[in-house]
Amino acid sequence: MSQTNNAFDKAEPIEHESAVSVRNVSKNYGEVEALKDLSLEFPRGQLTSLLGPSGCGKTTLLKIIAGLLEPTSGEIIIEGKKVTGPGPDRSFVFQDFALLPWASVLRNVSFGLELRGVAKSEREAVAERYIKSVGLGGFEHAYPHELSGGMRQRVGLARALSVDAQVLLLDEPFSAVDEQNRRKFQEDMLELVRTENKTFIFVTHSIEEAVYVSDQIAILLPRPSRVSEIIRPTSFRGTGVDNIRRSPEYLDIVDQIWASLRNYVE
Amino acid sequence: MQNRSFYLKILSAVIVFGAWEIAGRIPVSYAFPTFIESMSALFAMIFDGSIFVAYAETLKPLAIGIAISATSGIVIGLWVGLSQRFEWLFSPIFIVMQAAPLAALIPILVMAYGIGLTSKVFVVCIMAMPVIVLNTAGAVRNTPSNIKDMGRSFLASDRDIILKIIIPAASPVIFSGLRLGISAGFIGAILSELKITPTGVGDIITYSRSIADYPSMYAAIFSIILLAVLFLNLLERIENTLFEGNNRGYVSD
Repeated sequence: MSQTNNAFDKAEPIEHESAVSVRNVSKNYGEVEALKDLSLEFPRGQLTSLLGPSGCGKTTLLKIIAGLLEPTSGEIIIEGKKVTGPGPDRSFVFQDFALLPWASVLRNVSFGLELRGVAKSEREAVAERYIKSVGLGGFEHAYPHELSGGMRQRVGLARALSVDAQVLLLDEPFSAVDEQNRRKFQEDMLELVRTENKTFIFVTHSIEEAVYVSDQIAILLPRPSRVSEIIRPTSFRGTGVDNIRRSPEYLDIVDQIWASLRNYVE
Repeated sequence: MQNRSFYLKILSAVIVFGAWEIAGRIPVSYAFPTFIESMSALFAMIFDGSIFVAYAETLKPLAIGIAISATSGIVIGLWVGLSQRFEWLFSPIFIVMQAAPLAALIPILVMAYGIGLTSKVFVVCIMAMPVIVLNTAGAVRNTPSNIKDMGRSFLASDRDIILKIIIPAASPVIFSGLRLGISAGFIGAILSELKITPTGVGDIITYSRSIADYPSMYAAIFSIILLAVLFLNLLERIENTLFEGNNRGYVSD
């Protein structure tokens, strides 16, 4: 199995089928142009990071893909269908977790299924499985205020996974989590991308994090926001979590991205 | 922890009642009975049943008024909080109601609705409703937008968002509005019995004062305060059963 995976990793696909297409999307807030004529393809089964300085509209773009915001013009196509609002094909992981403080971990994780009308026993069985898979077994009946930041985001992640959407949208998911937990999360992300066969769209402001977890990195530049560059790391993806940060390509890409972003940081 | 809070409550009651007893024995005023005198007057009224007759009368406007204020107050509050237009329409009314000097308005109410139950219910509602409406509206408007976004992204309908997100999120503030509103309603009920027609507990207070039976007067006042405290405790119990997660670590009653 792992040999097959390695073989796939080394192969250079010429063209990726895209699960999500962003076509000529613009978004204005009154006079301010947050996004201008932005087009981007997200390959199926891979993780794409949106990386850029603050204010470059990466969260805006993610919320437009989620259907939470309407683009001023342009369209989002997911598996051939145009996005008109939130849909069952996408789920969202929030930067500030967005957990229901009055609900237990179990109810929080099963909340997405509850809103879809899944019966209680069934949704709780699914939720329990995902709670275990994110490493929170035993905390099913704890409340969010009893958990650490990292554990809360695991709840958010389990909730997003439990609805079994094809596209996972993650809005700076680890920025409110401490450094050690963040590293663990990043390793877990790689595992998730490998095993879950979903399309991940990942907003981050950390260059190292983007390079570490991504199959494809889209660099967004601000005012008005546009895609300046798309980087696809090739050599270190199949080398195991421990070797990525030592790979020369990893270090080169991090430096290259910093060189192009440096001018935009106030 | 539970035990200590119980002992502290007993201690605080002992301090208050002790101070009352001492103040009555000095006495601070001829018209101020001791705690023991007041309690024996209360028991006398309990044994001859007169206090129950009085409460049967007082509880009518109180229960009707509180039921109306709580239900329509929360509904109007939700409405005002959810819609800008209804905020413009309704919130001035309730701000005026809250600020109005009620005792001065009572003659107008009596002219309009007579001296019966309707006027008294109105007085309870005017006291209780504004704070319930304004608290509910404020809490609904301040629901964190991130959990509403979360609901929408997981396909919640508008109904789901109101029932499963906005109301539970607003519930601690709605309940604190209910607590304030209901205690104001108790004040309103007694006020209406003192200002409109002396019936029920208001009658005991007015009558015992007129014949200088101060222990009975204070016993009646004490009983209404006791009832209000018991009711507010019950309300807190209800809140904790309905919204278990609201009870986040603070010592509760």
